[in-house]
Amino acid sequence: MNLLWTWLADPAHWQGDDGIPVRIAEHLAYSGVTLLLAAAIGVPLGLWVGHTGRGRVLVVNLVNGMRSVPTLGLLFVAVLVVGPLLAGDIAFVVPAIFVLVVLAVPPILAGAYAGVEGVDPGARDAARGMGMRPLEVLAKVEVPCALPLIFSGLRSAALQVVATATLAASVSLGGLGRFLIDGQAYRDYGQMAGGALLVAVLAMLVDLVLAGVQRVAVSPGLAPVRTSRRTGRLSRLVPTTT
Amino acid sequence: MNWLLTHLDEVGGLMVTHAVLSVIPLVIGLVVAVPLGWLAWRYRLLRTPLVAGTGLLYTIPSLALFILMPLVLGTGILDPLNVVVALSVYTVALLVRTVADGLASVPDEVLQAATAMGIGPLRRFFGVQLPLAVPVIAAGLRVAAVSNVSIVSVAALLGIAQLGSLFTDGFARNFLDPIIVGIVACMVLALALDLAILAVSRAVTPWLRVGSPA
Repeated sequence: MNLLWTWLADPAHWQGDDGIPVRIAEHLAYSGVTLLLAAAIGVPLGLWVGHTGRGRVLVVNLVNGMRSVPTLGLLFVAVLVVGPLLAGDIAFVVPAIFVLVVLAVPPILAGAYAGVEGVDPGARDAARGMGMRPLEVLAKVEVPCALPLIFSGLRSAALQVVATATLAASVSLGGLGRFLIDGQAYRDYGQMAGGALLVAVLAMLVDLVLAGVQRVAVSPGLAPVRTSRRTGRLSRLVPTTT
Repeated sequence: MNWLLTHLDEVGGLMVTHAVLSVIPLVIGLVVAVPLGWLAWRYRLLRTPLVAGTGLLYTIPSLALFILMPLVLGTGILDPLNVVVALSVYTVALLVRTVADGLASVPDEVLQAATAMGIGPLRRFFGVQLPLAVPVIAAGLRVAAVSNVSIVSVAALLGIAQLGSLFTDGFARNFLDPIIVGIVACMVLALALDLAILAVSRAVTPWLRVGSPA
């Protein structure tokens, strides 16, 4: 325990090109780029699948299948295969980001798909009845209603990406994983544990920030309906169908 | 694939270790998650802290958790016990919510009927409610099993031998064959565990097959 605090408290570790702030910035950069790319692929594709109902089986199997692929192995294969085609740091950055994107797309895709598919058909019909075109229905009704699940997909992808970006250090990249890998190479447990603690805290903070964004972005009308404990009745006014 | 043929023994041994490291935490996790899930189901006030609290554990990256374990357990960094405990933590994190949802999925009328028949609370739980919750719990267990297999391989970075060692060895020697073999072996193992849990779940819920076309 002491090794951990001594390492974290040493001001020398908080400055310079390989200091903690720089590593955090690198870690967030890998994760941010990955999430943007993955969202750019996964969200539209998921919306399309949810909206049209095409390719459902493929999505479900893709999400389940990807979970069984060991990321570390995939990362090493990508670096060994793609790396030699590129020069410099890019030779490691491109395959690492690629693997992280491959990891992040399935949960995002699944969230967007499940969100749109789960939209109340009544709301969809009402929108159509009001004369909305299919794209308007998607943009004005389906997407806002699907936001909670889209966010849950994004958040689980973000968690996985922040966690897995740690592995980038094992193919000589930066990020907080550096401390874990270097600490092990130098038999410096304080550095390993310090880095590990930082990654864990970073992952929780990222999730917290996304939860905050979700709170602001999702319409309050979609908040989970609370039931009163005593009466068992819905405490909010909810339109009834009878 | 010549490499595989000459290294069958080695790969087989690593696969067995890998399977053990993935399955033990699954069992421990389930045993811990059932009472916690029951508490979350029975006492509504406990639900949020239990589900959110264990969910928080899931945000800790696996490599970080493996490294932090010795601080908690007092083990050495190379001790496979770190991996077993860390994965048990993840399994519990995933399963507490699933168990609570599974118990909640059992209709109230069934529980009331059981009580009316004079079945005591303990027997009602183990004889009626838990078996009826098996399909939901098994679904969560399958997710946990598959992700455990993938996470175990990360421990190779710390030098703990299992299928992930094929990744680190192959990468260090710039040699693709062992890495590919390792990936396939991991996926086969994950699939086998997934199917095994599915089979057990089907076997203990014979009533689900009655009346439905096979």
